[in-house]
Amino acid sequence: MNIIVCAKQVVDVSEMKIDSSTKKPILQGVPQKISDIDKNAMEEAIKIKDKHGGKITTVTVGTPDAKERIKELLAMGADEGVLVTLPEKYDYHVVSTLLAEAIKKIDAYDVILCGEASIDMFSGQVGPRLAGLLNIPQITYAQKLDAAKDKVVCDRNMGDKSVTTESSYPVLITVTKEINVPRLPSLMQILGAANKPIKEWTADSVKSGLKPMVDTVDLKGVSMERKNVVYKNDIDESVKHLVDSLAKEGVLR
Amino acid sequence: MVLVYSDDKKIAFELLSKATEIAKGLGKKVNAVVINDEAVAKEYVAHGASNVIVAQTDVKEFKAEEYTDILEKAIKETGAESILIGSTKKGKELASRLAGKLNAGCIIDANNIYVKDKKLVTERMVYSGNAISVQQFNSKPNIVTIPSKVFDPLPKDAKKTGTITKKKFDVGKYASKILKVQEMKSGGVNVEDAEIIVSCGRGFKNKDDIKLVQNLADVLKGKTVGCSRPIAADLKWLPEDHWIGLSGHKVKPKLYIAAGISGQIQHIAGMRDSGLVVAINKDPDALIFKSADYGIVGDLYQVLPKLTAAVKEKMG
Repeated sequence: MNIIVCAKQVVDVSEMKIDSSTKKPILQGVPQKISDIDKNAMEEAIKIKDKHGGKITTVTVGTPDAKERIKELLAMGADEGVLVTLPEKYDYHVVSTLLAEAIKKIDAYDVILCGEASIDMFSGQVGPRLAGLLNIPQITYAQKLDAAKDKVVCDRNMGDKSVTTESSYPVLITVTKEINVPRLPSLMQILGAANKPIKEWTADSVKSGLKPMVDTVDLKGVSMERKNVVYKNDIDESVKHLVDSLAKEGVLR
Repeated sequence: MVLVYSDDKKIAFELLSKATEIAKGLGKKVNAVVINDEAVAKEYVAHGASNVIVAQTDVKEFKAEEYTDILEKAIKETGAESILIGSTKKGKELASRLAGKLNAGCIIDANNIYVKDKKLVTERMVYSGNAISVQQFNSKPNIVTIPSKVFDPLPKDAKKTGTITKKKFDVGKYASKILKVQEMKSGGVNVEDAEIIVSCGRGFKNKDDIKLVQNLADVLKGKTVGCSRPIAADLKWLPEDHWIGLSGHKVKPKLYIAAGISGQIQHIAGMRDSGLVVAINKDPDALIFKSADYGIVGDLYQVLPKLTAAVKEKMG
């Protein structure tokens, strides 16, 4: 079974600070990591390989420093990493096309696994977009995955409904955070990952002349104007003050 | 031409309203697509569509693969330049696949959309709701998904006229198939429509203690209980329809009370549009207080019963 895992390097949003004057996020110097849900996709790939054998290749479209992060995936259990250098200007069209072309270049594949969305942008666009580009079936929001030799069955979390979907291979599957708990690699695995190959491809060598169809023109801050009145003394007093305030605000009707 | 599609007709009405405005700015018309349902097509006309295509297909249930084929054909046939799709889970995977097939620009979950210099511009929340990304399309077609309640629908106007075109669309054959559809365990709660929400987080020690927030919600006549990720996703003390946050539901009640919730940005992303926010937490440094209008520093096990009694007395 040839398994592809798409993984994105993102800023660790929980470590991000906000500039108090502009209210814009400060992105410089924020630690980078593999987007959390992509690690759930990686974990699911390992389970499929454990059951049926095969090879796991991770593909990342990112900046050159993503190489360090890819080593984490190799330590978890991927056999090989591919890093396609992110061009200066990009959008979902550019990134998805680079992923599609890189995947075609790697080898024949049976399963492509993605996280349902990246934790920085949370669009969830890349997975199904890639399935459309490759014209293969898509199973999104998988919260349970059962891979047999010739087909896969997933339970999809559609909010109010759980939809069980089956597909033969090749298929693209996006997974939710609830599907598993990604393993933490052992020290031996971390050391072993240093010997696993990471191929580095330029965007042009994968697909030349790609131009974004959407330009990001601004990143605006979000002002969260709240009153921040906090009562912290005697609980009875605090409750009384709070109820009076709520009544004044007109929400106790 | 602006084309509207949603598997949720309430969102479609909201999108038809916005599409009418955008179409005016671009000097274009508003079309819509429905699958098989002619009765809904008539409602779309009353809500602003000048033409509704009723796609006739024998595809029984939604699958992104087949529905993408239908929309792709409808777009090619109508020459639609801007496609607005309701941001449901189905709508998002459909829009993304469609964008891949058409090599089109696509924005998921826009909470604002307008025309500037004849180009479509969108805004969406990024970085867990800590920033707004402003993006402009530089090519056509444009695909944008918009969540429910971002825009108000136009009032229904039975006098509005429009054409309804029935059309058979062939779809491709795909190896995937639906085996089973099950209702998720749910209490029939719709947090997104609630006016008052009382939420619980990991400050709660036992599943039974959730009745403390339920009691407060009841006296506030809100009756709606929400929760943060650990309660729904990890501990599973409440079904996921109570989950408020980045990957749960996004809510905007007039009053939001967060008890025992630390205020991780992922949770804030789900409730930041609330009218008034109240936080109860024993940790005076809890992040939630920064996102609250009023707060009480104290043990929720003491505060909630007292607050419930006091609210009950005040409301009579």
